[in-house]
Parts: sequence; structure tokens; C-alpha cells
Amino acid sequence: MSETTGGVEMDEDVSGVIKKFLYVNRKAPYGTIYALESLEVVLIAAAFDQDVSLVFLDDGVYQLAKGQHTKTIDVKNFSPTYRALEGYDIEKLYVEKESLEARGLTAEDLIVPVTLLPAAEMAELMDGQDIVLSF
Amino acid sequence: MLHTVNKSPFERNSLERCLQYAKKGSAILLIEDGVYGALKGTAVTDKVKKAMKNVSIYALYPDIEARGMQDKAIDGIRLVDYGGFVDLVAEHRNVHSWL
Repeated sequence: MSETTGGVEMDEDVSGVIKKFLYVNRKAPYGTIYALESLEVVLIAAAFDQDVSLVFLDDGVYQLAKGQHTKTIDVKNFSPTYRALEGYDIEKLYVEKESLEARGLTAEDLIVPVTLLPAAEMAELMDGQDIVLSF
Repeated sequence: MLHTVNKSPFERNSLERCLQYAKKGSAILLIEDGVYGALKGTAVTDKVKKAMKNVSIYALYPDIEARGMQDKAIDGIRLVDYGGFVDLVAEHRNVHSWL
């Protein structure tokens, strides 16, 4: 059926639009389900080849802390997943400088390489997105 | 950009962070418990008034009314109904719902 072009055209239509998706993470990892749910949604969006960025503000920066061990609270430690994001072509991770500093942390304390941005620059980044999803 | 805030400023820092992040010319719509941030004479009133010089602030009137806060909204905050909510979403290129 190689002479049939209908299927090819449909594929092109489906893959045509790439939007800028921004995921805003503002909650610490285990006290509520937000952080884990955000990660799930990020991975889904990645499967659709969208332009994905993640930002971490306020207690959201704790999601990226190194050395998380959750056996004794009997929940899944999902922090290694942030390291796997690169494999899904998600490489734009931004952390708000003020939030990190307020918590006595530095980029060295984080499980993945990130770009540190002051709030004002983060606001610019946010403004330039097509879709903003907050967790 | 349109920002929405649905939590009380006395319980969460969402409004404070939103005010910091909202760029000049953007709009903020206060809904649900977020409407407590739209009132006169509170600990956050001055911050909200200051922000109103650069951004347009709206509050969802049904949520204000439900909480018995009629007549307490800061002058200059625009009160909208559900239709107005829809218009705001349609008028802006993107929306950020602060949690």
C-alpha cells in the first residue's frame, strides 16, 4: 500500500505543532502528591515531542535535593527520575536563585544540573510560554 | 499573561509570589479563597494596591459574595462574573494558575 499517501499526510498533521510547555513546581516532594504528579505529566508531555521546560520555585527546590532516602517512610523515592529526564529530551531545568538561597542550598546540593535564574528572569521565561501548568 | 490565584494570602504565599512575578500589563484574577486578597484593610492590602499600578486586578464576585465580603473589595479591583472570567481567559495569550 505504498502508493497511499493519506497516512503520511496525517502523520505530518499530527506532528506539526510544537508548543512551549512550562511546568511550575512549588511544593516539597513527599508532604503532598503534587511533585510526583507533576513528574508523571511531564513524562507524558515528553512523549508528544513538545518544547518542555521545568521550573522549581519555593519549596519545589526540595524536589531536587540530593540524598533522598524514603524507605523508612515507605514511599517511592522518585528523585532519580529527574536524572532520567535527559533521556526524554527534557533538558531545560530552571531553579529560582532566591528560593534556593532562602533554604540554605546551592546548585551543588541538587541531583541534576540546573540553570539558576533570579525571579525577574524567571518571570520573563514564564511570560514566553504557550502553556503553563502549576503544581 | 493572566494569572489566577485561588488560595487565601493568609494561608499560602501564592498571591505574594504571583504579585512578584506578574509583569507590567498583565492581569491577575482572584478566585475562590483567593478573593480574601482583594479586600480592604487587611495585612496584604497595601501590597495589592501597589501592584495595581502595573497590573490589572480582578476578583470573581460570586466568590466574594459567597464569603459575605461584599462592599469590602479594594477600590479599583474589577469585579467580574463567570462570563467575565471566560472573557479574561480568552483575551490573554496564556494563563498561569498559581497553586
